[in-house]
Amino acid sequence: MNFDLLVAILMTIAGAATPLLIAGLGELVVEKSGVLNLGVEGMMLIGAVTGFAVATTTGYPVIGLVAAMLAAAAAALIFAFLVLTLMANQVATGLALTIFGTGVSALIGAPFVGITTPTLGLLFPHALTDTPLLRLIFGHSPLVYFSLILTVAVFWFLNRTRAGLILRAVGESDSAAHAIGYPVLLVRYLAVLFGGAMAGLAGCYYSLVLTPMWAERLTAGRGWIAIALVVFASWRPGRMLAGAYLFGLVITMELQAKAAGFNILAPEFLAALPYIATIVVLAVISAAKRGGTNAPACLGKPFRATA
Amino acid sequence: MSLVKLEPRRQQSRAMAIAAPVIAVALTLFAGALLFTLLGHDGLAAVNEIFVKPLFNPYRWQDLLVKASPLVMIATGLAIGFRANVWNIGAEGQYVLGGLAGTGVALATLNMSGGWILPVMLVCGVLGGMVWAAIPALLKTKLGVNEILSSLMLNYVAIQLLYYLMRGPWKDPMGFNFPQTAMFSSDQTLPIVVPGTLIHLGIPLAFAIALTAFGVMTRTITGFQMQVEGLAPKAAAFGGFGAASTVWIAMLAGGGLAGLAGIVEASGPFGQMVPQFPTGYGYTAIIVAFLGRLNPLGIVVAGLVLALTYVGGESAQTTIGLPSAATGVFQAMMLFFLLATDILVRYRVVSGRSAPVAEPRSSSGEAKPGESKAVTA
Repeated sequence: MNFDLLVAILMTIAGAATPLLIAGLGELVVEKSGVLNLGVEGMMLIGAVTGFAVATTTGYPVIGLVAAMLAAAAAALIFAFLVLTLMANQVATGLALTIFGTGVSALIGAPFVGITTPTLGLLFPHALTDTPLLRLIFGHSPLVYFSLILTVAVFWFLNRTRAGLILRAVGESDSAAHAIGYPVLLVRYLAVLFGGAMAGLAGCYYSLVLTPMWAERLTAGRGWIAIALVVFASWRPGRMLAGAYLFGLVITMELQAKAAGFNILAPEFLAALPYIATIVVLAVISAAKRGGTNAPACLGKPFRATA
Repeated sequence: MSLVKLEPRRQQSRAMAIAAPVIAVALTLFAGALLFTLLGHDGLAAVNEIFVKPLFNPYRWQDLLVKASPLVMIATGLAIGFRANVWNIGAEGQYVLGGLAGTGVALATLNMSGGWILPVMLVCGVLGGMVWAAIPALLKTKLGVNEILSSLMLNYVAIQLLYYLMRGPWKDPMGFNFPQTAMFSSDQTLPIVVPGTLIHLGIPLAFAIALTAFGVMTRTITGFQMQVEGLAPKAAAFGGFGAASTVWIAMLAGGGLAGLAGIVEASGPFGQMVPQFPTGYGYTAIIVAFLGRLNPLGIVVAGLVLALTYVGGESAQTTIGLPSAATGVFQAMMLFFLLATDILVRYRVVSGRSAPVAEPRSSSGEAKPGESKAVTA
């Protein structure tokens, strides 16, 4: 295997890992505040279609990016209102959000199927990406660098800031946090909105960078993998990074095997591999943690202010 | 002070439990008309085409029954799990596996005849769905793996398995290289029970299953245990029936009925296995289960309502050019509104401005004023 090919593979891994990392970090913060949002897949699809539609219409992918975050955050707001204010069941509401996002994105995206879009370019000038090694460092989409910064930022926020401490307190013991005087619902609203914005950003990474096009169900269940990665990561940003790149590797294996004409295994098996790998990884993690997990104590439970 | 306060009810309101789905459907019609008007369609016409016209067209009634029967079957199974807090989201995959298992029997018996073939196909369909559901059940009970994620991931695996079989081993050798199986023989096809219509044996079967489930849930010890497990796991453990058996019963019931729905669809409306077999019934059935209040009788009604969105949505495509995705949007809105109105079952809405009036503690099950707790709404 020559160096060029290795670099190409490493860059594919980073590309496949980035949306998982961004969406996963968003969901990690949401879950740390004690809310389980299973609507990541739906929000990603809304982000993907909004980003594509706005980028195509305006001609500016960056505006598409912002619109994707706002649209997905708006969808997250519906979820937040239902589970936080109306105390609806979080599992059911998250599923509803995914079904809603799938339908709405197909509806909005219908006129955009088969159209090309201005894509989000590279962050650094082409002069910096002449050799394979330089390409590995400077040749990525801006979102790849953003996802790495986001990992550090989420770690720093959760572990080194007062706001992060409050968020964790709300997730571990909402009634105690409320008794001290912290605004439990407000913290959770903000966390859910952040999770939505990140899911939207991850979604439009598919439609504006990776593919770049729009098709129904473009994200193909990657939002669910992002949720599984939060469990895999034991709610730790550093492990989320490792998990996302592990899955980036699994997804890349499928792409590379196809490209290389590798035909010992059926292509359908390779397509199923990320989902099988998710189940295997969840099983291994759960077996290792039998009896105690790192999950926030209030995860998925409704909160109602008392006095 | 907020204008509106929520006051917890001492007991859940039965009237509201029945009213909430009705309100949710009404709100969906209203908000749907508004949304589609905003999106540049004729919103009122869309609602009329989807929700009203099929009801007044007797020719459409059989379509409603055909669409409702798999939804009712799957939702009945899922509701058993949801009541016990077992979240099987994998019905879509279990439906595919049921269809595939039955198709396997059909392909092996293609040159045979006899009345025994169809029952064997149906039984294998049930078993296929159960096997697929047993994977998350096993992972949950042995290793503590979250069943939501594992059952959902298996949906994607099931669809790839379907594609593999259609493209390769099970492809009809006489089928001009189309990725689909041979057509099933008459002994492998569900009989039509009302001559001259589309009403196949699966439809009375679905209603019989819902009725049976209603009996099991309300009249047997197992049904009671499953509900206690969902409402109060500690009490259930104290009573000597554990979480593991609950998970197994819930997953196998859900998987078995989804598998049955799969082979009923394959041997009924489809008459063969094709890559387009998974149509999202496994996801829509989740909405049916909730809209039907996790009650088999409610599920029959909810199944018909959701069937209406399919039948009406299809005709709205041809008559007023509404995109096919509109169906999914209406379905999701229904679930959103149901989850929103559900709060009325557990809470009363009272005016926040009027001072709390001391009500005598009565048997009507309302909270004392001292217990009324305000949240903004």
